[in-house]
Amino acid sequence: MLAVRVMQEQGIHVEGINFFTGFCVEGHTHAIRKKDQKKPKRNNALWCAEQLGIKLHIIDIIDEYKQVVFNPKHGYGANLNPCLDCKVFMVKKAKEWMQEHDFDFVISGEVVGQRPMSQRKDTMPVVQRESGIDDLLLRPLSGKNLPPTLPEREGWISRDGLYDFSGRSRKPQMALAKQFGFEDYAQPAGGCCFLTDAQYSVKLADLWNSRGSKEYELDDIMLLKVGRHIRPAKHFKLIVAREEGESNFLKGYKKQYPHMRCTSHGGPLTLIDGELSEDELQQAARIVARYSQGKNTPQVELEYVTTTGEVTPMSVEPMPPAEIPREWVL
Amino acid sequence: MSRERLDCHRLLCPMPVIKTQDRIATMQPGDELEVVCTDPGALNDIPAWSRINGHQVLESTTRDDEYIVVVRVCEE
Repeated sequence: MLAVRVMQEQGIHVEGINFFTGFCVEGHTHAIRKKDQKKPKRNNALWCAEQLGIKLHIIDIIDEYKQVVFNPKHGYGANLNPCLDCKVFMVKKAKEWMQEHDFDFVISGEVVGQRPMSQRKDTMPVVQRESGIDDLLLRPLSGKNLPPTLPEREGWISRDGLYDFSGRSRKPQMALAKQFGFEDYAQPAGGCCFLTDAQYSVKLADLWNSRGSKEYELDDIMLLKVGRHIRPAKHFKLIVAREEGESNFLKGYKKQYPHMRCTSHGGPLTLIDGELSEDELQQAARIVARYSQGKNTPQVELEYVTTTGEVTPMSVEPMPPAEIPREWVL
Repeated sequence: MSRERLDCHRLLCPMPVIKTQDRIATMQPGDELEVVCTDPGALNDIPAWSRINGHQVLESTTRDDEYIVVVRVCEE
């Protein structure tokens, strides 16, 4: 918001681009989980655009982004986050959009030294070089700390109107936000990508390992955001809803995955990913029963339902928590 | 003038907005698009997208577990 407003102060027409990778945290868990549904469900990018009075173009890069996730040239961060490669890729896409739509340059809200991988003084030139955007990328909040860009040299914008923010502190940004009259803004601490999340990364690595391939579809990575993932064997796992909102969401996948549901007690909808033997079905049912309201009863009734709707009634003893090895729970 | 329907069942934010944006790009001013979603966030996001891109929201309703937004395409 700040970088855009700094440009608007100089009379520059700005339009926003928001890339959707499939790993964006934005709104998903709020939309799924019932307990979160009292929170506002605004999309922050749209909200910011509206506050700034600019158009916003949301671009689906799910398929193209896979190559960034599979094999990042600059490696992963603390989890499966390929931050530097991601930034290079997005700036490259922004450059393509700029050229296709007859815009003159790209701005970003980056600040030197703000993030450990993609916003260091030594990595920011890497983004410019590898994306091919070179000096058509302007960072208005840190511009005075960086070499002059083409828009500055050509006099399209004034370098004097740029800022010299650096480092991890957000205090200068907050002061500028106050000066601009922004009373509300998105949390300024990253965390907008599931790939930076340790638990999510474990589940994604498990998905790749179990399949022997890093290939994924949008549904795969969406499902990693939902429920408890329990893998008793390499060839199958259970996705157990944690609450009603997640059960409702998982219901949408009943034609793609077989599922189990408790009939004698309240309990979570559970999707089954993989081919199971009869013994494994019993084992799965006992795990599902463990998460039902009948977990302390001797027997729980369930239904196993195939993707074509064939129903098999089951009756099992709930599995005691001590029998569920820690490593099964992802 | 035509009216089209866009099925966004099971899609979570921002996919319903992206699908709406992409479909509207193929439509003419005056046409109407009925977007049917299961993500309640669509009731905020599609109208927000419509406002910033100059389109008109004619209707925004909840029916059982579906969230429906009707947008009239305007000149950008």
